[in-house]
Amino acid sequence: MTVTFYVPQDAAALSVGADEVVEAIRLEAGRRGIAARVIRNGSRGLFWLEPLVEVATPAGRIAYGPVAPEDVPALFDAGMAEGRGGLGPTEDLPFLKAQTRFTFARCGVIAPLSLADYAAMDGWKGLARAIAMEPAAIVAEVTKSGLRGRGGAGFPTGIKWKTVLDAPGAKKYIVANADEGDSGTFADRMLMEGDPFHLIEGMAIAGLAVGAEHGYIYTRSEYPHAIAIMQAAIGLARDAGYLGASVMGSGRAFDMEIRAGAGAYVCGEETALLESIEGKRGQVRAKPPLPAHEGLFGYPTVINNILSLTAVPFILDKGAETYANVGFGRSRGTMPIQLAGNIAHGGLFEIGFGITLGELVNEVGGGTASGKPVKAVQVGGPLGAYFPPALFDTPFDYEAFAHAGGLIGHGGIVVFDDSVDMAKQARFAMDFCAIESCGKCTPCRIGSTRGVETIDKIIAGRDVAANITLVEDLCETMKFGSLCALGGFTPYPVLSALHHFPDDFAKAPRAQAAE
Amino acid sequence: MTGKQSGKDANMSNIPRLAEIIAAHAHMAGPTLPTLHAIQAEFGHIPAEAIQMIADSENRSRAEIHGVVTFYHDFREAPAGRHVVKVCRAEACQAMGGEAVAARVAARLGLDFGATSADGGVTLENVYCLGLCATAPSALIDDRLCGRLTEARVEKLLAGIER
Ligand SMILES: Cc1cc2nc3c(=O)[nH]c(=O)nc-3n(C[C@H](O)[C@H](O)[C@H](O)COP(=O)(O)O)c2cc1C
Ligand code: SF4
Repeated sequence: MTVTFYVPQDAAALSVGADEVVEAIRLEAGRRGIAARVIRNGSRGLFWLEPLVEVATPAGRIAYGPVAPEDVPALFDAGMAEGRGGLGPTEDLPFLKAQTRFTFARCGVIAPLSLADYAAMDGWKGLARAIAMEPAAIVAEVTKSGLRGRGGAGFPTGIKWKTVLDAPGAKKYIVANADEGDSGTFADRMLMEGDPFHLIEGMAIAGLAVGAEHGYIYTRSEYPHAIAIMQAAIGLARDAGYLGASVMGSGRAFDMEIRAGAGAYVCGEETALLESIEGKRGQVRAKPPLPAHEGLFGYPTVINNILSLTAVPFILDKGAETYANVGFGRSRGTMPIQLAGNIAHGGLFEIGFGITLGELVNEVGGGTASGKPVKAVQVGGPLGAYFPPALFDTPFDYEAFAHAGGLIGHGGIVVFDDSVDMAKQARFAMDFCAIESCGKCTPCRIGSTRGVETIDKIIAGRDVAANITLVEDLCETMKFGSLCALGGFTPYPVLSALHHFPDDFAKAPRAQAAE
Repeated sequence: MTGKQSGKDANMSNIPRLAEIIAAHAHMAGPTLPTLHAIQAEFGHIPAEAIQMIADSENRSRAEIHGVVTFYHDFREAPAGRHVVKVCRAEACQAMGGEAVAARVAARLGLDFGATSADGGVTLENVYCLGLCATAPSALIDDRLCGRLTEARVEKLLAGIER
């Protein structure tokens, strides 16, 4: 009897030795005369357990992790090949069980490039339903679901699609924004590596909905594994008739290609991204015109984060109500939240909006990895605010975060323990803005560099009060004088660090006073 | 080893191959970035003579193409070292002691970030996020992703590439 093992080929699993674990399993199984088949799945998103090995048994898949190559002989001794020992059934792990996986239902379960696996777990059902619908009805269904953009701004996806559907154009485009530059985020990467047909299906539905026949996936050059898997998936989907001149035999055309960025954070901004595909410097365009009216190569363009696009197959298959029934206030459906940094249980946690920040960090995430107290969490990437534990009752919801002086962005949460110096984090936020600025607006380009210099003075204890006022003024100028959120939102991490953690900005003068 | 020459002077021997790469991408909509990626993948950098050739092929000015090459952090105007070490400096890695790891890498290689060793052996660079934020801190050593780095593990990994 052949024993089936699952070992992820997700980049994060590879970074902690998944390939070496596969070698060790093959070697040990061979030594024991056990016929072994190793399937390279995506990650389930329980990254503290990676490499997470699963063994197929009649009672379901049994999990083992984190597995080091040198652990493998002992695991076989303990009966891993028969599913004994380990962490028990994967699906029963509390971190997975507590989730509502609409978008990540298949990720980590299937072999990413198996069309059979994809179809067996509801794949292409949303697209099949869309083919039977009028474009306006598809758009209406998406609108009804309450889906809002998962790339940061939270704009209603259905309304964006309606604008493109109604826009006159000889051609239209679908662009999937997979630039995912925020530190603390990896959902786009995981999805492309673990369930690539899903993105293809979401984009094809968008194409049918607005009348676009061509799509681009724009992702980062830092994601070579995701690029390779997506590329292979596009080829397989085309060969099987899910892409091409007649999508699933519908007589309607849709095809796509993938483009790699070249190491520029600002190219995640939608208009800079379009410039980049067009072969230009990644500089932000002034709006209007909106991309929905004049986007890629001047044609009406839907540009969505890939988590927005991949929410759509579920919505069409299971119905807008099923999606909208989950959520909180005006934030409907689920959010794939990413727990990262100094956290005991880091990973991907998809859940309906409304869970509090404290539940996420302390209960789901198990507190810090270092075991020290949590001091701050940054939510929403490098442009997101730092939250102190005092704000942990904030529900995960677009409006609640805005109200608390922050944003949820792409759903990344980076946890810091009490060794962090928040003045240094504020300095980093300014520095990052200076490095990544596209250079179009003076407050962003020059202001950020002045910000670094001023925070350096504060850290050195020079004219602290006056320099803090200067930083606050500078942040005001950046907020209101910037064309895009890079310059406009850098004040979030800077001011939140300053206002919630004032002691970290007053260290030097205090030390002097004590002398 | 073609294409490892200095990026400064036009190197006539590169031209036929550059022309092939440029022609192979000319049918694309927005061919510039894919062309530059393909050139860098083969030559290790963007040879100076490529700029004018791309400009001619796309009917754009040389200044425009030069502007594109310099805008993106990925594109190099001179070859990198034989090994490239990229250490993540972003927030999730910072939260897990990434700055100490980065300092250890720099000290071990005797290089500042952004520099290439005199013998052309190693280039050390910053990267802002590899998407490995729940297995931080992380680095990319040539094509190898490295997560959960510790200073001790850095020593081992770097010993491996220097031989
Ligand atoms: C500096 C900057 C970087 C951004 N990076 C990303 C990104 O990596 N991925 C993304 O989907 N949106 C990013 N955005 C937001 C996009 O501009 C845009 O709002 C989004 O792609 C729209 O898709 P959605 O409606 O599905 O969210 C960024 C915005 C800014 C200002
Ligand atoms: S705010 Fe900064 S990144 Fe955004 S458009 Fe202005 S200069 Fe460019």
